[in-house]
Amino acid sequence: MAKHATPLLDQLESGPWPSFVSDLKQEAEVRAKNEKGVEYQIPQDVCDDLLGVMELSFKQGRTHWKHGGIVGVFGYGGGVIGRYCDQPEMFPGVAHFHTMRINQPGGKFYNTKFLRELCDLWDLRGSGLTNMHGSTGDIVLLGTTTPQLEEIFHTITHDMNQDLGGSGSNLRTPADCIGAARCEYACYDTQALCYDLTMEYQDELHRPAFPYKFKFKFDGCPNCCVASIARSDMSFIGTWKDDIRIDEKAVAAYVGGEIPPNAGAHSGRDWGKFNIVKEVIDLCPTKCMRYEGGKLSINTKECTRCMHCINVMPQALRIGNDRGVSILVGAKAPILDGAQMGSLLVPFIKVEEPYDEIKEVIEAIWDWWMEEGKNRERLGELIKRQGFQKLLEATGIKPMPQHVKEPRSNPYIFWKEEEVDGGWQRDINEFRKHHQR
Amino acid sequence: MAFISSGYNPDKPMENRITDIGPKKYDEFYPPIIKANKGKWKYHEILEPGVLVHVSETGDKVFTVRCGGARLMSITHIREMCDIADKHCGGHLRFTTRNNIEFMTDSLDKANALKQDLESRKFAGGSFKFPVGGTGAGITNIVHTQGWIHCHTPATDASGPVKAAMDVLFDDFKSMRLPAHLRVSLACCLNMCGAVHCSDIAILGYHRKPPMLDHEYLDKMCEIPLAIAACPTAAIKPAKVELPNGKTVKSVAVKNERCMFCGNCYTMCPSMPLADDVGDGIVLMVGGKVSNRISAPKFSKVVVAFIPNEAPRWPTTTATIKKIVDIYAKDANKYERLGEWAERIGWERFFDKCEIDFTHHLIDDFRDPAYYTWRQTTQFKF
Repeated sequence: MAKHATPLLDQLESGPWPSFVSDLKQEAEVRAKNEKGVEYQIPQDVCDDLLGVMELSFKQGRTHWKHGGIVGVFGYGGGVIGRYCDQPEMFPGVAHFHTMRINQPGGKFYNTKFLRELCDLWDLRGSGLTNMHGSTGDIVLLGTTTPQLEEIFHTITHDMNQDLGGSGSNLRTPADCIGAARCEYACYDTQALCYDLTMEYQDELHRPAFPYKFKFKFDGCPNCCVASIARSDMSFIGTWKDDIRIDEKAVAAYVGGEIPPNAGAHSGRDWGKFNIVKEVIDLCPTKCMRYEGGKLSINTKECTRCMHCINVMPQALRIGNDRGVSILVGAKAPILDGAQMGSLLVPFIKVEEPYDEIKEVIEAIWDWWMEEGKNRERLGELIKRQGFQKLLEATGIKPMPQHVKEPRSNPYIFWKEEEVDGGWQRDINEFRKHHQR
Repeated sequence: MAFISSGYNPDKPMENRITDIGPKKYDEFYPPIIKANKGKWKYHEILEPGVLVHVSETGDKVFTVRCGGARLMSITHIREMCDIADKHCGGHLRFTTRNNIEFMTDSLDKANALKQDLESRKFAGGSFKFPVGGTGAGITNIVHTQGWIHCHTPATDASGPVKAAMDVLFDDFKSMRLPAHLRVSLACCLNMCGAVHCSDIAILGYHRKPPMLDHEYLDKMCEIPLAIAACPTAAIKPAKVELPNGKTVKSVAVKNERCMFCGNCYTMCPSMPLADDVGDGIVLMVGGKVSNRISAPKFSKVVVAFIPNEAPRWPTTTATIKKIVDIYAKDANKYERLGEWAERIGWERFFDKCEIDFTHHLIDDFRDPAYYTWRQTTQFKF
């Protein structure tokens, strides 16, 4: 018998999509039975009370969680989000319900040994509920009490060789796409770069010293599967400079209908016979492709590497060999001053260990932002407030047409004194000798 | 239950303390076939919805079975995933950036057995535990935020509307009939932890009532200057307020007509709650994308200004989404994303076709960028 009646939530148990309500009930039941004899360190009925408070929210149309208090582990300023219920008498099991963010492994690959250890820990010291994964990429352990925080931290660092993720005004847990591990489009090893920068900047990740949050995301190619261009203050997107590698035999196989286009992604509907001109050549945004006499050619100089042709014919077309990343900066969600997409700062940089060139750009940006950024001002907002030119000055990067979609359409240029011959100091009396008052 | 120590000594917190060790290194967790073929992958193919093969230059093939799931998951559920991975995949699995679970094997036979196993598992309530799909020109899992399960500022729930929407969109999770892939995301307030602002379809929680002011406690619980500074529209100013008991306290005053309901003040000051059962609800935004394919990445645009929160299944929200998806599926060209389709036919035509009322709320009036969204041409459609 469930502790709280949940008639509204129960309606989310039907339908084909995996029901979180069924899963919560399953965990509540496992804890109530406790067949393994776990010495639960937080209330055994935590899942029942979570269902109860959730049902109340469904009934009233409002949340029942209060602001986070200042909780955390000693010496860190991030990784733990305090959470308290605003109806603790009704739902004592979730009166304290803090979140811990655990830095996920690159590509979100796991072995079952690690996951089972994590489950055992969260069985003993937490609610048994998780998010795999949170929006930024962390493993999110949902719901524990304050006395458990140091214990959990001790166990993960000592027994699991694993650290917390970021929260607050610090470097948030960096996230990457699957990259070279299982994708032929990867222009660099996203996991290697993500891991290296995560390790290099552990201090920035755990101890908030920034004006606001700061995110790195690593996309192996311009398809942007981790949405770095929309979601990260610094977005590292794989690209290349030389020719797309063409296998003419495979092109012919696509034209002949032997290989399904777009890796079979459209097989759920009859789109008719594959038409290379209509589906590839005509859709190329720069019209740099030709298909003549059964031969495909690409004018590399005019190609902007949008990935469409490669996505449509992955067996025939492959990314070039001269690879690196483009770095875009300033993306963020709407709070406060409207959403921003990343803006191109570095068109191309090689991705080579120990990544010094990349770190120089990062650190120049941080120096500028920490000096000039206002409290709770994201990098993108600072760039908007002070101008893209200031970002170029801070990073020592030369302006180039690639930086803009189009040049400015107003002539209101903020000339600097040193740019104007003779400077701005002039003699009004000398002027008046030639111009009467 | 008795307290069990991990070995941590609260009297000496620095004793044997381990910090700054970061995550586990990625390659500790690679399945052998991934380790052997990293960087050597030649091409991939989606064999059927939810089943992919990646072919390496070495001739190796890895077969991946992708399945959906609620991102809110219990350890009992994770342990079941571990059992599956131990049985079929040598103890390895991974998650995608959209909260799907991927199991990998080295032969098609094993992948088929795995798929069968996954599809056979159901929760007690009847829903699938591991529905296979979410690939290609279809709809994959919805990325989302916490909502009423764990957040203090939501204007809607997250897990509930996501479950309801995925039930309605389930056929498109299991198939690949759309002109291009279609990404649905949900954020339960405009803080957008889920960064839904570049999704084909974004479900966004939104408040519509300015904050209530808990004058008696405000100065005790909040830094008034921080609450004032938090407001992006400068709608908050300091005020002296006389309480019913005659006592005068320091507090704030809000110019309600300036409020954009962002809740940023509430984040800084718990004495300014916005949540309201009638005021709160859902905004639908469409046409965003993050890929650079063919056209540049785009923001999603607001097409429905408000839908009430209809717990537990949000029927108006899910029906509106379903209608947009079906009309897009019928009308768009192959490879065309939802936003590219809307731009090609024109937004006026989008509202016609989707039978969505256009109201003044949909015309941008927030600062400079607004002007660039108005129509500065005589080219439009009747």
